[in-house]
Amino acid sequence: MVTSNSLVYLIALPLLGATILLLAGRRADKWGHILATLMSASSFAVGLYQLSAMLGRSTEERAISQKLFSWINVASFQVDAGLLLDQLSICFVLLITGVGTLIHVYSISYMAHDENRRRFFAYLNLFVAAMLLLVLGDSYLNLYVGWEGVGLASYLLIGFWNQKPAYATASKKAFVMNRIGDMGLSFAIMIAFATLGTVSFVGVKEASHNASQTALTAIGIMLLVAATGKSAQFPLQAWLGDAMAGPTPVSALIHAATMVTAGVYLIVRSNFIFDAAPTAQLLVVIVGAITLLFGALVGTAKDDIKKALAASTMSQIGYMVLGAGLGPAGYAFAIMHLLTHGFFKAGMFLGAGSVMHGMNDTVDMRKYGALRKFMPITFVTFGLGYLAIIGVPPFAGFYSKDLIIETAFNAGGAKGIILGGAALLGAAITAFYMSRVMILTFTSPQRWDEDAHPHESPILMWLPMAILAIGSVTSGFLFARGDALAHWLQPVFGEHGAEHSEEHLFSPIVVSAMALVAVAIGVAIAVIKYQLSEVAATAPENVSIFTRIARKDLLQDSFNEAVFMRPGQALTRVLVKGDDVVIDGAVRGIGRTALGAGSALRTSQTGFARSYAALILIGAIALIAGIWVVTQ
Amino acid sequence: MNPYNYLYVAGLLFTIGAIGVVVRRNAIVVFMCIELMLNAANLTLVTFARINGTLEGQVTAFFTMVVAACEVVVGLAIIVTIYRSRRSASIDDASLLKR
Repeated sequence: MVTSNSLVYLIALPLLGATILLLAGRRADKWGHILATLMSASSFAVGLYQLSAMLGRSTEERAISQKLFSWINVASFQVDAGLLLDQLSICFVLLITGVGTLIHVYSISYMAHDENRRRFFAYLNLFVAAMLLLVLGDSYLNLYVGWEGVGLASYLLIGFWNQKPAYATASKKAFVMNRIGDMGLSFAIMIAFATLGTVSFVGVKEASHNASQTALTAIGIMLLVAATGKSAQFPLQAWLGDAMAGPTPVSALIHAATMVTAGVYLIVRSNFIFDAAPTAQLLVVIVGAITLLFGALVGTAKDDIKKALAASTMSQIGYMVLGAGLGPAGYAFAIMHLLTHGFFKAGMFLGAGSVMHGMNDTVDMRKYGALRKFMPITFVTFGLGYLAIIGVPPFAGFYSKDLIIETAFNAGGAKGIILGGAALLGAAITAFYMSRVMILTFTSPQRWDEDAHPHESPILMWLPMAILAIGSVTSGFLFARGDALAHWLQPVFGEHGAEHSEEHLFSPIVVSAMALVAVAIGVAIAVIKYQLSEVAATAPENVSIFTRIARKDLLQDSFNEAVFMRPGQALTRVLVKGDDVVIDGAVRGIGRTALGAGSALRTSQTGFARSYAALILIGAIALIAGIWVVTQ
Repeated sequence: MNPYNYLYVAGLLFTIGAIGVVVRRNAIVVFMCIELMLNAANLTLVTFARINGTLEGQVTAFFTMVVAACEVVVGLAIIVTIYRSRRSASIDDASLLKR
């Protein structure tokens, strides 16, 4: 493999930015945001340079690596801190730094009135550095460092406005639920080391050929747990909706475009494990299918524009996980959907931020309406993202989602029909709730509060939105044309990477037609329900039980509270009680015994010298008598 | 004369002294009884020295006398001081150390 020593700059630049901004404190208030944006942009430039260098090499020599230092050096446990840039990582590097830079630019304006803007940019740079380490690490252990780093940055940014207790709680919720996933990743690493003796991607790939089925399945399941935590997949999905407490650029960058897709990266990167462990792979598609429907259903009931988009993110990542779980046929499509989703979802989140910016930070879509006239640029960019996500040709989502649906149908047998059906149903629901967002926000009659004065956002905000909208329009076509992305990624997935399944349940044209019909039905229902009929400015109360459940995120929090939180609290209470009675009881008992013995013995101290003398005498006589008895 | 008789005398003296210490209240009398016990002990030391034909007992008796003399000086001084301050030589009155 070719080695290089310029990979480290990708990570070092944003990390340097974060360090400077965090150490310089208030002194950096004036120029901190510019420095952070420059650092992110220069990292993007390094990424572009690496891409051009990679394109200049032959297919076999495209992957390059860099050894930074020898990290752990113990007998049989050898880990180097090393970086690996291959066809898969470069996609992520460009997505992270590219979208990241655009969001930095957007945030300059969006956060202009926040007195802690410098700290915000420091955290953003920290996130970019950690995320790059995640995708560039050449072993599971290096990936783990980045994995934890993005978790930290996510926690800090969700709770950025932690003066509001609800926001601080949301960040803690995200952190705790992520920890559960992180445990999965650490278990996977431990199992990999215990059974395969190595944790590097190359080493595990080689060792997996001779490894036992049980070990590979265990590693695969643990990696899936890790992915569900970080990517908000069922059953660890509950944190993503609350994570919308963070500033909107954070939701766009971390909780839509990049960090939440880390789970998909992990599964795709570990393709050699999942290919060899069908049970784990089956679980992956099940998780993906459940989540894509779960997120879509939640999305239909949300009135908070950011939470509706968050539910949609969850659902779209469900598509990616489904794709990644379909094996060699699906990896490339999962990554393609991930990249196109990065464009259109980040663009829509920024659009939502722009709408909030013009509407006094209102997030309730029932208080919007008719914003098309007042925010034409936001309307157009958001609209292009909308067309992309629901999968209208020739926008990006059409290509990537269609390919996943098609691959799901081709999985064979009942599995294929169930998965394909779920994906198709998800597409219809996606079309419905995204149309609902679009109609409620932009095209239905206005329902504003009186003090709202909607206006278009400044250029620093709409320029990134426009660039992302261009990506939403073109990326799908560019990636799908001649299977460009699939061929590009093929070396990462091994020899059978681009091989298409031979048996076709439906031909691609039929799948596309079905998907388009599903989308049309979804859009039509939304138009009838929201465009052509009156929308209340407050959410109606007398709704069906299904709506009520969907508004409560399909009872995910109630479930977690009933199954984990309350028993946990009960256990804690029992432990506290036990500590109180047993441990503290023992300590206090010793004290009380000494005290009681003391006060009992104190009565013998009369203060009369004669009684002391008598006691001494009796004692002496008893002693002598005792000795006499014993020696007799 | 049978040297054991001296031991009997010593035991008698010690018993008288011990009873005196326990039953009498007057500090001076208690003090004298203590002296009586000390001398009883001295008598046994000298007697055992005689029985065993060694000198260690007699030497120790001298030590005891010296210590007893010192004790008399200090003890009498304490008793006199207590009497001066409390107008009483009863040792039961000097029971401030209880509780």
